[in-house]
Amino acid sequence: GPLRWPTDIPSHLSSLLSAGQRDYDLLVIGGGSGGLACAKEAAQLGRKVAVVDYVEPSPRGTRWGLGGTCVNVGCIPKKLMHQAALLGGLIRDAPHYGWEVAQPVPHDWRKMAEAVQNHVKSLNWGHRVQLQDRKVKYFNIKASFVDEHTVCGVAKGGKEILLSADHIIIATGGRPRYPTHIEGALEYGITSDDIFWLKESPGKTLVVGASYVALECAGFLTGIGLDATVMIRSIPLRGFDQQMSSMVIEHMASHGTQFLRGCAPSRVRRLPDGHLQVTWEDRTTGKEDTGTFDTVLWAIGRVPDTRSLNLEKAGVDTSPDTQKILVDSREGTSVPHIYAIGDVVEGRPELTPTAIMAGRLLVQRLFGGSSDLMDYDNVPTTVFTPLEYGCVGLSEEEAVARHGQEHVEVYHAHYKPLEFTVAGRDASQCYVKMVCLREPPQLVLGLHFLGPNAGEVTQGFALGIKCGASYAQVMRTVGIHPTCSEEVVKLRISKRSGLDPTVTGC
Amino acid sequence: MRRAVLGVGRAAAWRIRAGAESGQQRQRSPPLSPVPAPPPPAFRFVSRPGPAGSESETVEQSPPQSPGPGKAGDAPNRRSGHVRGARVLSPPGRRAHLSSPGPSSSSEAREELRRRLRELIERSRVMIFSKSYCPHSTRVKELFSSLGVECNVLELDQVDDGAKIQEVLSEITNQKTVPNVFVNKVHVGGCDQTFQAYQSGLLQKLLEEESAYDYDLIIVGGGSGGLSCAKEAAILGKKVMVLDFVVPSPQGTSWGLGGTCVNVGCIPKKLMHQAALLGQALCDSRKFGWEYDQQVKHNWETMTKAIQNHISSLNWGYRLSLREKAVAYVNSYGEFVEHHKIKATNKKGQETYYTAAQFVIATGERPRYLGIQGDKEYCITSDDLFSLPYCPGKTLVVGASYVALECAGFLAGFGLDVTVMVRSILLRGFDQEMAEKVGSYMEQHGVKFLRKFIPVMIQQLEKGSPGKLKVLAKSTEGTETIEGVYNTVLLAIGRDSCTRKIGLEKIGVKINEKSGKIPVNDVEQTSVPYVYAVGDILEGRPELTPVAIQSGKLLARRLFGASLEKCDYINVPTTVFTPLEYGCCGLAEEKAIEVYKKENLEIYHTLFWPLEWTVAGRENNTCYAKIICNKLDHDRVIGFHILGPNAGEVTQGFAAAMKCGLTKQLLDDTIGIHPTCGEVGNRRF
Repeated sequence: GPLRWPTDIPSHLSSLLSAGQRDYDLLVIGGGSGGLACAKEAAQLGRKVAVVDYVEPSPRGTRWGLGGTCVNVGCIPKKLMHQAALLGGLIRDAPHYGWEVAQPVPHDWRKMAEAVQNHVKSLNWGHRVQLQDRKVKYFNIKASFVDEHTVCGVAKGGKEILLSADHIIIATGGRPRYPTHIEGALEYGITSDDIFWLKESPGKTLVVGASYVALECAGFLTGIGLDATVMIRSIPLRGFDQQMSSMVIEHMASHGTQFLRGCAPSRVRRLPDGHLQVTWEDRTTGKEDTGTFDTVLWAIGRVPDTRSLNLEKAGVDTSPDTQKILVDSREGTSVPHIYAIGDVVEGRPELTPTAIMAGRLLVQRLFGGSSDLMDYDNVPTTVFTPLEYGCVGLSEEEAVARHGQEHVEVYHAHYKPLEFTVAGRDASQCYVKMVCLREPPQLVLGLHFLGPNAGEVTQGFALGIKCGASYAQVMRTVGIHPTCSEEVVKLRISKRSGLDPTVTGC
Repeated sequence: MRRAVLGVGRAAAWRIRAGAESGQQRQRSPPLSPVPAPPPPAFRFVSRPGPAGSESETVEQSPPQSPGPGKAGDAPNRRSGHVRGARVLSPPGRRAHLSSPGPSSSSEAREELRRRLRELIERSRVMIFSKSYCPHSTRVKELFSSLGVECNVLELDQVDDGAKIQEVLSEITNQKTVPNVFVNKVHVGGCDQTFQAYQSGLLQKLLEEESAYDYDLIIVGGGSGGLSCAKEAAILGKKVMVLDFVVPSPQGTSWGLGGTCVNVGCIPKKLMHQAALLGQALCDSRKFGWEYDQQVKHNWETMTKAIQNHISSLNWGYRLSLREKAVAYVNSYGEFVEHHKIKATNKKGQETYYTAAQFVIATGERPRYLGIQGDKEYCITSDDLFSLPYCPGKTLVVGASYVALECAGFLAGFGLDVTVMVRSILLRGFDQEMAEKVGSYMEQHGVKFLRKFIPVMIQQLEKGSPGKLKVLAKSTEGTETIEGVYNTVLLAIGRDSCTRKIGLEKIGVKINEKSGKIPVNDVEQTSVPYVYAVGDILEGRPELTPVAIQSGKLLARRLFGASLEKCDYINVPTTVFTPLEYGCCGLAEEKAIEVYKKENLEIYHTLFWPLEWTVAGRENNTCYAKIICNKLDHDRVIGFHILGPNAGEVTQGFAAAMKCGLTKQLLDDTIGIHPTCGEVGNRRF
C-alpha cells in the first residue's frame, strides 16, 4: 500500500529523516519463540538486531526470564508436568511388567516444580547466550512506541531508553485472561502464568475453562494425584474436532478428573481456614452451587499483549474485538515497515512452531531476498491431555462444512496399544480417524489421533499431508509393528460403511 | 448351488462334484451316455469336515450327472459324453451337439493320455491348450494375463505327443482347433468363445466357480502373512485352509497359532522392551517428584507370565477369527506330496491329505544354530527366551542382528549382566552410523560387547534354572581364545527359512539352495504357477510382519479377482526396539552412496535432546536424526533415520510422507509439533 505519512510531527519526521542512521536494522519487541527466531535469523543474515523483552508480573506476582510463553509458562513446563503425570501411570503399570514397586507411590510437587523450574531457567540462560553469540543486543525493558521507527523502553528501575530501527517486528504474544465480572477472580485465582511456578502443591484445584490449557492442566494435576475439577460453560476444545474433543473429556473423566459441565462461576471467596469457596450457577437448572478448593485456575482464554505498546503512536491497526494486530499474508501491519508474528496477531494459530517459522520466513523476506510466504494451512498440533490428542488439517465438521457431507469420507478405528494389554489399561478412547475427500484419489484433509505419543505420531503424517497425501498412498505405506502409529496406515473402515470400528480380536 | 449363477443350466461337463451335491445329482437321473466298463477313473475326494482329529473320509465320485429333465442332451460322461464348449457360451440353439458317446480308441496309451489331460484340466484354474505360434492362442493368453489370472498352458507344438493330445482333445470337446480353453474344468472353447465369455461376464463367473479340489486355497503356515492371506481369501468367499504346526525348538519350546511375530517375535519383544523402558521410567520418575525409597527389583516370572497370558489371548483370537471367517484351521505339519496335494501330519503322527487349486507358502523362519559342540543342547534362542520359566541371569547373546541387540537391551534393562558377542558388524543391512550409535548407547547403559569373536564350544558346568555354561570363543582375526561363564547363552545369529522339509521338491517349487529362500515374481508367484509365497521366506524381501500382512492380503485379492494391486516393497519403514529405539525408512547412507554417488546426495543430520530427558538428567547429544536427500531429484528424501525415544511412532508418518514424495523443501515447510521428538526433522535440519 501507499506509505502512510505521519501526522504527528516532529518526532516522526525526525525519525524518517534519520533513515539509515537508526540504531538497528531490526528491532524485535518480545523475546518469545517468534521474536527470538526473528532476531537470530536476522543476525545470521548480518543485520544489526535488538530484542526487547519484559515480563509484566502476573497479578499473583509470578515473573520469569527470556523465552516467552512457550519456554516459561507454556509448552515446556506443561509437557514436563504432563510427563510427570505419565510417569505416575507408568509406575502403576510397572508391577504388571514385573517391577516390584510398592503402591501407591506418593508425589512431591515441590520436587517436580523445582526440577521443571530449573530446566526452564537453564533455557532462559541458553536463550541469552544464543543472542549474545549472534551479537543480538538484548534489552530487558518494557517497550512502547514513540513513533513508527522509535520505541521507548523502561527498565525495571524506571530508567528510559530510546531505540530506533528501520524494521520493527512485534512479537509480544498474549497473556491469560481473567474474568472481569466475577468477585474474587483476580484476587484469589491464578492462571497458567502461575501454576508452573508454584512452590507448593496447588492441592484441590478448580480449573475454569474449556481450552486446551484448561484440560492439559487439569489432566496433569489429576495425574500427579491431586483432586482436580474442570468447570466448562459450553463446549470443550472449541475449534478442534468435536468427536475427538468429547473422547478426550471422556478419557479424563474415567481417569479421575471431575467435570462440571454447563456451569459458570459467579464468585470466589476466601474462607477463614484459607480455602477458597467458589459459587457457580448450573446453567441448565439455573441452580446455584458451591464448592471449596485450594486453588482456582482460570484458563478461559488469552488476550494479546498490545495495551502497553502505544500502537496508535505508530499507527498500527488492531482488531477492535480482540485487540490483536491485523496483518497481511506477509505479516505486515498497517505500517509498512512494522510487522507482527505469533500469538499477538489476529487469526493465526497460537502455536510456538508457527511463530518460529513465520518469524524466520519474514526475516528471510526482509533481509534474505526470499519471497516465500508462510503457509498457515495444515498446521499440526497436539493437545497433551492424559491421553494425547494429535491433529493436522481439517476437523470432520470443518471438512463437511467446506466440502459437503456427500464429498467427505471419514475412515476411523479404535485400537489398543500393545503396552496397554499387559498393563491392563482401558483403551476405550484410543481412536484414530482420517478425514478424506470421497472422490478418488481421496485426498487426506485431516488426521486426528487420540492415544499415547500422539505428538510423535502426528508429526510425520503432517508431512504427508503437506505432500498432498491421498488415502491410497497412506494405505500403501507399510506399518511399523507394533506401534500405535501403524493404526493410521491400517484405517480401512469408513464411517459411511457403518461397520464397527472397534477392535476385533487382533 | 453355485451353478445357478451360470444361467445356462448345468452344462459344466468337467465340473466334478463331491459329497452331498453329487448325491443329489445321482438321485435325479441316471447317466445318459452309456458308460462302458471299466468305470471312469474315480476322482478321489478327501474331505475334512473339521480341524484335526476327525478321521478323513474318502468319497468316491460318481460320474457327473445330467441336470435332469429338459436337459437331456447335456449328459456329461467324463469319459466321452462331453458337451461342446459352445453349450456354455453360445445361444441355446447350438446346445444339442453331443460328442460321440464312446471312446474312440481303446488303447491303453490313449487312455493314459486322456487321464493325463483330464488331470491337467482338473488341476488348473485355467487350462489353455495352445500352439506357441498361434496368434489366437496368444490373444487368449494375453486376456488371462491382463485379468491377472494364472493359466496353465500346454503348447502342443512343443511337446512330443502334441498331435495325439489334439486328437484326444477333439474327442472330449468336439473342438479340433487350438486354443482350447478350460476354466475351472469347464470347457469354454476357442478364442472367440473365450472373448465372448469375457464380454458377457461369464468368464469371470466361471473363474469364481468352485473347483474340484478340497479347497480353493491352502496356506501353509499360520503366521502374520499366512493368516492375513487366509482371512482375505475367506472374505472373498473362498474355501480356505490354514495348516500350522510349530515344531518344538531344540529346548522343547512350542506355541500357538499366529507365527513368529505374535509368539516369539514383535509382540513379546516389544512388551519386554516396554518392561525395560518402565525400569528407566521408574528411575526418571524420582526426578519428576515421585517418591519411593525401595530399590525396585524386577521379577522375570511375573513379567513373563503376563506376557504369555497376553499371547495366549492372541492365539485364541486368531483361532476365533479364522473360525468366524470359516477358514479351516488344522494344527498339522504340511508337506507337499504331489501337485495340488499336501500331506498334513498332526502331533500324533496321523496323516491326512488335502488338495487345493492354489497354495500359499508362509512358513517363515526359525533361529539358526551355530553348529558347534553344545549349541543345541545348552543354548536358547529367541524361540525360547520369551517363555523362559526362570530369569536367564548372566547372559551371553551371540550375534549382532536386531534380534540380538533387542534381547540384550531389554535383559540389561532388567538389571541383568549381559554380554553381546559380535562376529563382525552390528545390524548388518542397516545404516552403519546408526548401528554404531545404537551399540554405543547400549554399551553406555551396561551392555558389554565382545567384538570379533565367535563361540566354538559350549559346555555345561551346572544344571539348573538357570544353570551354568562355559563358553569358549575364538577371535575372528587371530588365534586368541577366550572363556566365559554364563547362566544363559542366547543365540541370535540369524534365521533359516522353513522351506526344506515341506516337499517343495516334489512339486518343483524352486528355492535358493544356499539361503533356502523362495524366489518369487512381483505377484509373489513361485516357479510353480499355482503356488505362491509370502513373508520371511521370500528372497530379497524385508522380513517384517506388516510386509507379510500386506503382501498376503494383496495376494489373496489378486488371486480371487478383487484387485490387481501388487505389494509395494519400496520405502518400507521399520524400527529396532533397542533401549534407544532406532527407526528408519528408505536407504541407509552406504546404500544411498552406492546407488546415487556421494556427490549427488545431501545429508542433513542433528543431535537432539528430548525434553523429557532434561529433567530426568539423561544424557545430551545422544539422540540423533538424519535424512538423506537426492540432489538430482529435488532433494527428495530417500532415507530417514532416527535414534531416540518412540522412534517407531515418529518414523511411521515420515514413511507415509516418503510415499508421497517427501522433499527437503516440504520438510522445511511443515510445522513442527512442540515439544516432541518428531519435530526434530522440521526444526533442526
